[in-house]
Amino acid sequence: MKYAVIRFPGSNCDWDMYYVLRDQLKVEPIFVDYRETNLPIDVVAVIVPGGFSYGDYLRSGAIARFAPIMEDIKKFAEAGNPVLGVCNGFQILTEAHLLPGGLRKNQHLEFICQQQDLFVQNNQTTFSNQFKPGEKVMMPVAHGDGNYYCDDVTLQQLRTHNQIVLTYSKNPNGSVADIAGIVNEQGNVMGMMPHPERASELVLGGTDGLRLFQSVVTRQLQK
Amino acid sequence: MYNVKVYVTYKASILDPQGEAVKMALHRLEFTNVQAVTQGKYFELTITKTTQSIEEQVEKMCTELLTNTNMESYRYEIEELTTEG
Repeated sequence: MKYAVIRFPGSNCDWDMYYVLRDQLKVEPIFVDYRETNLPIDVVAVIVPGGFSYGDYLRSGAIARFAPIMEDIKKFAEAGNPVLGVCNGFQILTEAHLLPGGLRKNQHLEFICQQQDLFVQNNQTTFSNQFKPGEKVMMPVAHGDGNYYCDDVTLQQLRTHNQIVLTYSKNPNGSVADIAGIVNEQGNVMGMMPHPERASELVLGGTDGLRLFQSVVTRQLQK
Repeated sequence: MYNVKVYVTYKASILDPQGEAVKMALHRLEFTNVQAVTQGKYFELTITKTTQSIEEQVEKMCTELLTNTNMESYRYEIEELTTEG
């Protein structure tokens, strides 16, 4: 039962994820290089960490989509297994068409790095079952391209299928409908701009993020 | 041989924050008559002729990589280069 953390050239939140998985959650993390073509067979969840894969060339996440490991991540996701993309990981998952919509430059063009209040809109997912409905939680954001966009039809679908998991309190970047995190229609792929791995220890200012990972682990143990 | 120019911009319905910032700066340069600025990306591709249609190839390059069709639109110009001699 391993939790895979994918490393692209330019990933920079990979160790943060690793530490949280190993030291806070006491599960077994494993780094998987982007050049691999297969995930190890005992992997139960995939995490695509934040950073600036391929230097954000062309568009954030656009080149990472073509990394060799992505084919197997797609298969893993299509089989219903949990995949979490944080920040650049979210951007990669939208570019890979595993999640709808895309991330634009922040409306005010500034890179934002701050503690961010969020609302849990759906606490029934693999990634949010340890929160209360409507709960206000805090996780840091740190991004330049976090301005979520989807067209009206897609937004309606997100609402109909309860795919909006996290929204911003005081929208910091211009995202459509204050969206901070969504799941796919099946509910097994999640993308979010805030960093739960940076809110998983009291010494770092909060543990709301830890509960997001605990949600995944809890679901896994129920299987 | 083809020379292909591809232009990518945000869709018209989407606010382009960089374009807006450039517009404001132009206004400060006293070009207050600038009504709108669209900032985009420009690609120049040199492509060898194959049996596959060049339009089909460029179309696929645009939709699969050069643009994010969720939020960007594209147009292109294809010029066939004549070899001399």
